[in-house]
Amino acid sequence: MLDVGELRKEFQPLSGQPVVALGSVSFRVGSGQFVSIVGPSGCGKSTLLQCIAGLSRPSAGRVLLHGREVTGPPEGLILLFQEYNKSLMAWRSVLRNVRFGLENRAGMSRVEMDAEARRYLELVGLTGFEAHYPWELSGGMQQRVAIARALVRRPEVMLMDEPFGSLDALTRIELEDALLRLWESLRATILFVTHDIEEAVYLSDRVYVLSCRPAQVIEEIEVKLERPRSQLATREDPRFIQARHHIFELISKEMAKG
Amino acid sequence: MARLPGKGLTVLLGCLVLWEILARQSGALALYFPPASRVLATLAEILGNGELLGHIAASLLRFAEGYALAAALAVSIGLCLGLWRPLYTLFEPLIELLRPMPSPATIPIAILFLGIGDEMKVAVTVYACSWPILLNTIDGVRAIDPVLLNTAATFRLGPWERFRKVVLPAASPQIVTGLRVSLAIALILVTTSEMVVSNDGLGFYILDRQRSFQIPEMYAAIVALAVIGYALNRLFLTLDGWAMAWHKGLTRKEEIL
Repeated sequence: MLDVGELRKEFQPLSGQPVVALGSVSFRVGSGQFVSIVGPSGCGKSTLLQCIAGLSRPSAGRVLLHGREVTGPPEGLILLFQEYNKSLMAWRSVLRNVRFGLENRAGMSRVEMDAEARRYLELVGLTGFEAHYPWELSGGMQQRVAIARALVRRPEVMLMDEPFGSLDALTRIELEDALLRLWESLRATILFVTHDIEEAVYLSDRVYVLSCRPAQVIEEIEVKLERPRSQLATREDPRFIQARHHIFELISKEMAKG
Repeated sequence: MARLPGKGLTVLLGCLVLWEILARQSGALALYFPPASRVLATLAEILGNGELLGHIAASLLRFAEGYALAAALAVSIGLCLGLWRPLYTLFEPLIELLRPMPSPATIPIAILFLGIGDEMKVAVTVYACSWPILLNTIDGVRAIDPVLLNTAATFRLGPWERFRKVVLPAASPQIVTGLRVSLAIALILVTTSEMVVSNDGLGFYILDRQRSFQIPEMYAAIVALAVIGYALNRLFLTLDGWAMAWHKGLTRKEEIL
C-alpha cells in the first residue's frame, strides 16, 4: 500500500555543494505490516519520513499511497514525532489534545469527539488523566497522549520517527509492548524509524537497513518471529539474536565507511 | 512577584514615614515638599469633592482607547510579519530605525496633523505602545517550534485552523508579555501628551497645579497616577494568570527540571 520509489532529497546549504540526504531510497510497506527502518545516525531517516508524510518535497522519485502520489500530507497517514513535548499542545488538556486529532473531521459533534478521545485514552492506559495538561505527565505518558491523538483519527498508516528515542529504557520497553498491542488490535500499518537495532527487530515484520548519507536501502531483513512477542522469550530467541548480529554488522560496516 | 509581601510593605511604609519626617524638617523647602500626611489628605479631599475624578476619567479613557487600538493593530501586523518572512525582511530596517526613537518625539508631529485634542493623545499612545506588542508578537510567532507546525500539517489543518488552533495559542504567551510592557508605556504617553497640551487629564492637572503653586494637589495627583498604574498592572496580572494558567504551569515545570 505504501510504495517508496527511488526517493532522492537534496538540500542546498547557504554556501557550497548541495547535500544529498537521500540517494535513492526504495521500499514497500504492505497493508497491516509493522516495518522498521534502521540506519546510522544522521543518515536521513527523519528526512525520509518527512518526504513520505508529505511535509517535504523529494528532489526526485515518489511516494505512492494506495497507488496515489503523495504531494502533501495525505488523508489516512499520520507522522508521530520523537519530541512529544513539542508536538503536544501545552495549552490543551490531555483530553483536548486527543480531541485535536478529530477536530477537522466533518460531521462529528463535540460530544462524539470527546467520547472517542476518551476511548483512545483508555486504550493507551491514560484514563483518569483527561483533565491534566501534557506537561504535568511523565515523558512516557506524554508520548502515549501523542499516540492516542494520532490513533483517534484511525490512520491507515502511522509513521513513527524515533518515538521512544528520548525515553528511559524501562519506559521504552513498556511503550514498545503497548504499541504492539495497539497495532495488533487496530490493524494499522506502521513504519517505524529507530536507531535501536534491537527495538527494530523486536517490533517488526521487516527491517530495512539504510546506508550512510546519501541514504539508500542496503538490505531488507524479514523477521520471522512469532507474535505476540515477549521482551524475554523473543529477545532470547536465536533468530532474534541472529537478525540483531546481522544488522549490527551491516551498520558497523556503514559507519566505518562514513 | 506581584503580590506585596509583608517585608516589602514594611519598606514602603518606612519610606512614607521617612518622607513625612524629612518634609516636616525641610524648612525653607517646605513649600515644595509637603509631608506625606498632607498629600494624602489633599488626595482624599480632591477625590471627595470630585475635582480629580473628571481628570482621572479623561486620562483613563485616552489610555483605554490608545491601548486597545495599539493591541489590535500591533497584534495583527505582528502576526502577519511573523508568519511571512519576506514581509518582515522588507520592514525590518524601518522597524529597527523607529523602535529606539523616544516616542514623545512624535507628539509635535501628531499636533501638526491631528491638532491638540484627544485624537493626538490617542495617536501617540497607539504609536508608543505598538512597539513592544509588535516585536513580541513577531518573535512569538517566529519562535513556534517546527515540530508543532509539522504536527498541524500532518493532521491536515487548513491555513485558518492552523492559525487559530496552533499559531495564535503558541504565540500567545509572548504576545501577552508585549501587552504587559505596553501597559506602562500607554500611561506614560497619555500623561506626557496631556502635559504638552491639554485642558484635562492627570498630566494636565499635575503640571497645572505645579504652575499655580498648589503643590500638595500636584503631589496628590502624582500619587493617584502611581496607584492607577499599580491597579492596572494588578488587573492585568490577574487576567494573565487566569488566561495563561497553562503557561505559568509549564514554565514552573521547566524551572524545576
